[in-house]
Amino acid sequence: MTLDTAAVKADFPLLNNLINDRPIIYLDSGATSQKPQQVLDALNHYYEHLNANVHRGAYYLAAAATDATENARLRVANFINAPADREIIFTKNATEAINLVSYTWGRANLNAGDVVLISSLEHHANIVPWQQLAAEKGCEVRWIPLTDDGQLDLTDLDRMLEGVKMVAISAASNVLGTLPPVRLLADAAHAVGALCLVDASQWVPHRPTDVAEFDCDFLVFTGHKMCGPTGIGVLWGRAELLEAMPPFLGGGEMILNVTQEGFTANEIPWKFEAGTPPIAEMIGLGAAVDYLENLGMENIVAHETQLTGYALRTLGDRFGEDLIIHGPQDLTIRGGVLSLCYKDVHPHDLSQVLDERGVCVRAGHHCAKPLMRLLGVGATARASLYLYNDESDVDALADALEAAGQFFAF
Amino acid sequence: MPGLEDLYREIILDHYRSPRNRGELETPPAHMAEGFNPLCGDEIKVFLTVEGNTITDIRIGGQGCSISQSSASMMTTAVLGKTVEEARQVLHAFKEMMSIHEHELDDTNADAAPAPQLGDLEALRGVVKFPVRIKCATLGWNTLDQALVEATA
Repeated sequence: MTLDTAAVKADFPLLNNLINDRPIIYLDSGATSQKPQQVLDALNHYYEHLNANVHRGAYYLAAAATDATENARLRVANFINAPADREIIFTKNATEAINLVSYTWGRANLNAGDVVLISSLEHHANIVPWQQLAAEKGCEVRWIPLTDDGQLDLTDLDRMLEGVKMVAISAASNVLGTLPPVRLLADAAHAVGALCLVDASQWVPHRPTDVAEFDCDFLVFTGHKMCGPTGIGVLWGRAELLEAMPPFLGGGEMILNVTQEGFTANEIPWKFEAGTPPIAEMIGLGAAVDYLENLGMENIVAHETQLTGYALRTLGDRFGEDLIIHGPQDLTIRGGVLSLCYKDVHPHDLSQVLDERGVCVRAGHHCAKPLMRLLGVGATARASLYLYNDESDVDALADALEAAGQFFAF
Repeated sequence: MPGLEDLYREIILDHYRSPRNRGELETPPAHMAEGFNPLCGDEIKVFLTVEGNTITDIRIGGQGCSISQSSASMMTTAVLGKTVEEARQVLHAFKEMMSIHEHELDDTNADAAPAPQLGDLEALRGVVKFPVRIKCATLGWNTLDQALVEATA
């Protein structure tokens, strides 16, 4: 079974708007996804019927709001096949989730000379926190190089693993769509006594996720790329690791007891959730999980794989060598993220011309400047596909590219 | 909604196709400043030779979109041969044109009489209707500002 994209599209109110009398061709889900009515309704329902602070009151509303957030935690845990819902820490986004690990686990466990191994595909969110840690502790951040077609070059993996305490790797590249071999890297990390953190921000929205199958130690993702609201992200970690880690931010909710002499930290997950949490966003993320599960992640990945194939064929046929699509072409190791360089048209100019035709793509370095340098470009225009896109969106992109080529024909 | 022709005026595309004063100068004696647009990854280098109080040579290096490249190209022709003070006046006038004020966003004011010293640079006035692109247009100028500080230090 595949998706009924017309029905899916109808679930997303924003996609049914017109801008400048033109339909919106939304091809920037890698930056953020649109939100279905079901998620918007859940947010409204919370504010209209349940609004109260959580874990703080004995009255009906406070209990109902608490139940709703803890229920969302349970659904998120099931969604990624986590062994226990207390292993789900809600954060602001994936960036905060990685920072949480680097600040708490990293500062408690890494020493001068230790190595954090990351890949050359990483988003700044999985680079800078480790660079900050390395600067403070005298550690090394080591980079796994890439092959010419944008896969990880693991030829020297054994040597690269020397002294490594953490392998932090993205499951899907936000620039090239590459799907690195996460399980292989997690196994390799464990073989040298290191841990493995997976940045699954570009994976969880698109593919079935199973932390047991990855066999990683931490997994992070963000809500707003998976049909959920902004301001909510997830850190999953093995319970025994989370329990051993010092708290992150201090304040309310993260404590069991506070005296003038000091404090006792709460149990996980609340130990890492200081202050009033993003209650509506937790509930909204739970609704997003329901929405995706209802469609079926297997159906979503089948649809996106088919559509990515269509896009690669269509763009290849229509533009040939005028259009470079960076990254692997093999659909078994890439997702629906298409980084484009078209003739000599700068990506910023390209996206401007596309915008006039209602086609929304991201232009820039995609928060991956080290990768841009390796690709030998300052920027790319990125079209990213999601469950509500169909072949007509790809055709509109191709038509708009052709128009841009004519506009900038020198 | 403003159209592409408001942004991509012919003279802008001309400077993009055939950038003036492109290249590098040896430092020293020239001064160099580097600018980045973290939004889109554009990078620009401004090389400047100041003799006495006059800009006797200027070159632009780096890469970027048509707006940042053409703006920098026009900037070089606007300040070459000028004194440092004159260059700063043009810089100020240009940045004034690029600052968004509500009343400047409607068409009648956008077509108001040009400030005399801006000349061709007036073609970039349409950029303010595309606020995301203002940083592209000002990248070279902010970098020139730094280079002038270095050259007169």
